[in-house]
Amino acid sequence: MKSLSVSKAVTALMLAGLVLLPLYSQLSGNIFILTLFTRVIILALAAASLNLIMGFGGMMSFGHAAYLGIGGYAVGMLAQEGVGSGFIQFPVALAASAIYALVIGALSLRTRGVYFIMITLAFAQMAYYVASGLARYGGDDGLTVYKRSDFSGLIDLSNRTQFYYLCLACLFGVIFLIWRIVNSRFGLVVQGLRSNEQRMQAIGFPAKRYQLVCFVISGTMCGLAGALLANNTDFVSPAVMYWTRSGDLMVMVILGGMGTLFGPVMGAVVFLLLEEFLSQITEYWALIMGPLLLLIVLFGRGGIMGVLGRAGRG
Amino acid sequence: MAEPLLRVEKLVRRFGGIIATDNVSLDVASGELHAIIGPNGAGKTTLISQLTGHLAPHSGSVSLAGRDITYLPAYRRCALGLARSFQITSLLLDFTAADNVALAAQAHAGTSFRFFANARKEKGLRDAAHAALDRVGLAHRADVVVNRLSHGERRELELAVALASKPKLLLLDEPMAGLGVTESQRMVKLLQELRKEVSIVLVEHDMPAVFALADRISVLVYGRVIASGDPAAIRQNEDVKRAYLGDQHVVTHHG
Repeated sequence: MKSLSVSKAVTALMLAGLVLLPLYSQLSGNIFILTLFTRVIILALAAASLNLIMGFGGMMSFGHAAYLGIGGYAVGMLAQEGVGSGFIQFPVALAASAIYALVIGALSLRTRGVYFIMITLAFAQMAYYVASGLARYGGDDGLTVYKRSDFSGLIDLSNRTQFYYLCLACLFGVIFLIWRIVNSRFGLVVQGLRSNEQRMQAIGFPAKRYQLVCFVISGTMCGLAGALLANNTDFVSPAVMYWTRSGDLMVMVILGGMGTLFGPVMGAVVFLLLEEFLSQITEYWALIMGPLLLLIVLFGRGGIMGVLGRAGRG
Repeated sequence: MAEPLLRVEKLVRRFGGIIATDNVSLDVASGELHAIIGPNGAGKTTLISQLTGHLAPHSGSVSLAGRDITYLPAYRRCALGLARSFQITSLLLDFTAADNVALAAQAHAGTSFRFFANARKEKGLRDAAHAALDRVGLAHRADVVVNRLSHGERRELELAVALASKPKLLLLDEPMAGLGVTESQRMVKLLQELRKEVSIVLVEHDMPAVFALADRISVLVYGRVIASGDPAAIRQNEDVKRAYLGDQHVVTHHG
């Protein structure tokens, strides 16, 4: 019981910090921290969506950044064509991500293990090169979003604090959904398939259709993160889909704790703050970051959530 | 005679040049416990895999209650009332015993595309799980994660999982494998109870158990059924004695 309380306490502390951050930013006049954490929250959302298939579903997708790009380009391209309403942009971003996930999932889920990792990676790289070839939308150089999604006065995305809280609300909403899904009939089947696919087939569950639906839900959630990200940076480029970004998302999930609700959020916070902090010290920050992550993965089984759990047990 | 519950006709399965299942035909009547025995490498597991749908035969047919299931995938056969246990225990190791059984019940209780309500709070599923666990004597271990169950308990849990799907026919692939003497005796007693409720195909190496339980026995050697009959007839069969030369005394002395 006590082990639960330690990780719970840290999680609660982190969430309280995220909720109160704009207040601190206001009082201290530190605007940078708000911008930084908006990015952290958006990528935490992406990591949480990846965790649904990777941590709970056992599907090691190495192409999750593709949805960041698809969601982002949906916003950017519509904005460029004069459709500025968020009520159109966001649903389109989600729908496009869902359709992409449906196609990619249907093809990828024929394979297992390493092949699944490679094929999701290959599709994401394909999306990357397609985006690079979109001359009308900036090609390699990317696409500037001159005006953020317009929600007709309901919420102003250009207002830093409002945008921050929108992202935070999206993150909490997605985590709430994942929590419900994971404990639902559907969620138990998906986790059962991760645990032992042969057994699940033998008791009467067709594996693929459950995994595919889970894959689509996860991709759609990540598409939301993409739409937010484009608004946050006022810019979208093929780089957002590059395979290293997919790798970053995986690292956040593993670092925080696969198959835990708040692990990916924790992972995103730690990963991005470390990146920020180290890159201020030296331009060779990756040289420090790499071994650090290696140590955490090697000696901290179950990620940060796992370590906190064991710390509680003493 | 009425339509047999399970009918296997002229089943053939080859692996390269080896014929692992060679024109196997057998019937299992409703309510029967039909044992399949044979020396190592006789093709018992290959045969079972074709019955469960994990392996496709090259020719021949399998039908369940008159319906051709030869090429149906495993999960569809399960829906038609065919449940199995695995020779090597195959469970969801990081789930509790109750979760393992409840999932089997869930597979046969409406759609599993429900995303919002907590499945662990569905009374119907939990009750079914506890009933099945109770049936095999594991009710007191319901909330233990499978990882922490003993080997014997896992074998019993395999049975509970199979029972939870309310099968017409239970395929048991060496349920006594790896069990100690007392555990084996408990399993035999359990199967003696279960056979009153459900038809069973039992693949087993434990000869005393087979001869104590079976209504009929089919003997498989080199992929072929060399004899099929009640235990007394099998015990007297010359071909069977020859096939089991090394184990001859086992066949003749127990039961």
